[in-house]
Amino acid sequence: MAANDSRRFRAARQEEWRRLEAILTTAEKRSVRALEDEDLLALPILYRGALSSLSVARETSLDLELITYLEGLCARAYFFVYGVRTSAGSRLASFFARDWPLAIQGLWRETLVSLLITLIGAFAGYFLVINDPEWYASFVSPDLAGGRDFSASADFLRNQLYDNPGADGLSFFATFLFTHNSQIAIMCFALGFAFGVPTLMLLIQNGAMLGAILALYISRGLGMEMGGWLIIHGSTEMFAIILAGAAGFKIGWAVIFPGEETRLDAATRAGRTSALAMAGVVAMLACAGLLEGVGRQIIVSDLVRYAIGLTMLALWIAYFYLPRRAADV
Amino acid sequence: MSDAIALRRIEEAKRRTLITPEGVDLSLKLADVGQRIGAFLVDGLIMIGILIGLSLLAIAAIATIGLERGEIVAVIWLLGFFMLRNGYFILMEMGPRAATFGKRASGLRVVARSGERLTADRVIARNLMREIEFYLPVSFLFYNAAEGAGSALMSLAGLAWTGLFLFFPMFNKDKMRVGDLLAGTWVISAPRKKLDVDLLDTEAPAVLRFTFTEAQLDVYGVFELQTLERVLRDAQPEAIATVAFTIRNKIGFAGGEGEDREFLLCYYDAIRARMERGLLFGKRRADKFDKGS
Repeated sequence: MAANDSRRFRAARQEEWRRLEAILTTAEKRSVRALEDEDLLALPILYRGALSSLSVARETSLDLELITYLEGLCARAYFFVYGVRTSAGSRLASFFARDWPLAIQGLWRETLVSLLITLIGAFAGYFLVINDPEWYASFVSPDLAGGRDFSASADFLRNQLYDNPGADGLSFFATFLFTHNSQIAIMCFALGFAFGVPTLMLLIQNGAMLGAILALYISRGLGMEMGGWLIIHGSTEMFAIILAGAAGFKIGWAVIFPGEETRLDAATRAGRTSALAMAGVVAMLACAGLLEGVGRQIIVSDLVRYAIGLTMLALWIAYFYLPRRAADV
Repeated sequence: MSDAIALRRIEEAKRRTLITPEGVDLSLKLADVGQRIGAFLVDGLIMIGILIGLSLLAIAAIATIGLERGEIVAVIWLLGFFMLRNGYFILMEMGPRAATFGKRASGLRVVARSGERLTADRVIARNLMREIEFYLPVSFLFYNAAEGAGSALMSLAGLAWTGLFLFFPMFNKDKMRVGDLLAGTWVISAPRKKLDVDLLDTEAPAVLRFTFTEAQLDVYGVFELQTLERVLRDAQPEAIATVAFTIRNKIGFAGGEGEDREFLLCYYDAIRARMERGLLFGKRRADKFDKGS
């Protein structure tokens, strides 16, 4: 009685399952390249064999152990067989050549909104501070200002713009700026989930700070010089932050107004596009960190600062928004 | 009655359909909240461990080359910290196993809800959201502690915020974090397991000593059979004794006292053979309450 069919079924096929298991383990532990040619050729056949075993076992066997094992094995094989294995290099190349700019293009509406909000924040900050310097402290925290406030002399403010702390500490400064700004940008993006409200507040605050600092310098007749100090890295950095805000808004918008899709689908689609955009934003901020931490400390000519800042801006805009072909596949 | 059915419902509620192009349902099993928390704790410990290691290395390096030239060390440390915080989860989940070390330890992996391959954008989306799910509340707590008490209202707001995201996976049937929701992923339990021997093979010679009548074999269904299999595999003496006692009473079988395991193996063998024969004729009895049609 014990010699029933399900036992024979299992005995006849378990060698194939074990082979599939061994191939998968090698491939997952190391890489596809670690596989022998014959194993690689056998993999899809063994996978389909295991799937058909699973179907048969579900219908004819009551051995729970066997069914659970086959389900696990088939799932592992499925994710391996149908996962596309492109090399990290070609994935990176397609990210910069196509995926990232397309994701940014997909955010154009949100980018405009984000830009507008930043500008509103900047104007508000500027006019509030110009009319009543008391406001300055509420936009620029004292440790960030580092003595650059309305009690400072014009000479001190001017020196702050061209002060070259020497080559010492530049790379650390650049790294610090990069990680700090990236963290803020990621926050800007993630907070978009709360219907975009915190993102909006962060952007306004960021803009207001900009406006307040500009107000301080312009009131001392140093507007032009301050512009150079800001724009050399600011064109990249502010652009990145605006894009991060746009990514956040995209998510917030999809959660509130999913349109014809279900809320879940809309959120997922928005989340994926914005995540792609965000990966690039971090790369942009690395650029900005270099420009701010190194470029600005070394280059003290206003004209060159403006030239670099505006060139960067033009390059970014051309890179993102020049029309390009959609994915070939 | 309700116990067995409720148990089966719970099991089934964890299953998600994924039809392969070959037309087979893989019937994936979602990870429990407990497994997820366990995996996260392991990952947290690993990250803290790496951070401590990195810092010790940095200190050692500065001690060797001197503080004046220590800048490069500081840069590497800062970049390392940044990569660890944002890159650990992303890079590991983009690998072929689609799981961090913690997830591997708990037998979990990340899967796209649609069943498509897991692309980088999904992995990035689900992990950047950790920023507000975990890092923000944590740094908020530290900040409050460092500033001295902080206002009670602020702490309360922070607590509510943390709670909202922390318990989010418990309030949706798919156990998704906010990050999973935005990325269109879920976490499944797919432990690597070795194929254990068939229970029928283990102690086969011992098995054939008891015989049962047809009426005694028709008491149970598939659910009970597989529960019995689990009990036999776990091999807990008390559980085996209890189950043997219950089954003897239920089917009215006398004998085999003191040989509970042998009795159960024999009974398992007999009802499985009978039920599998039934399957071939299209008869599947889900559990003992299933009277068939």
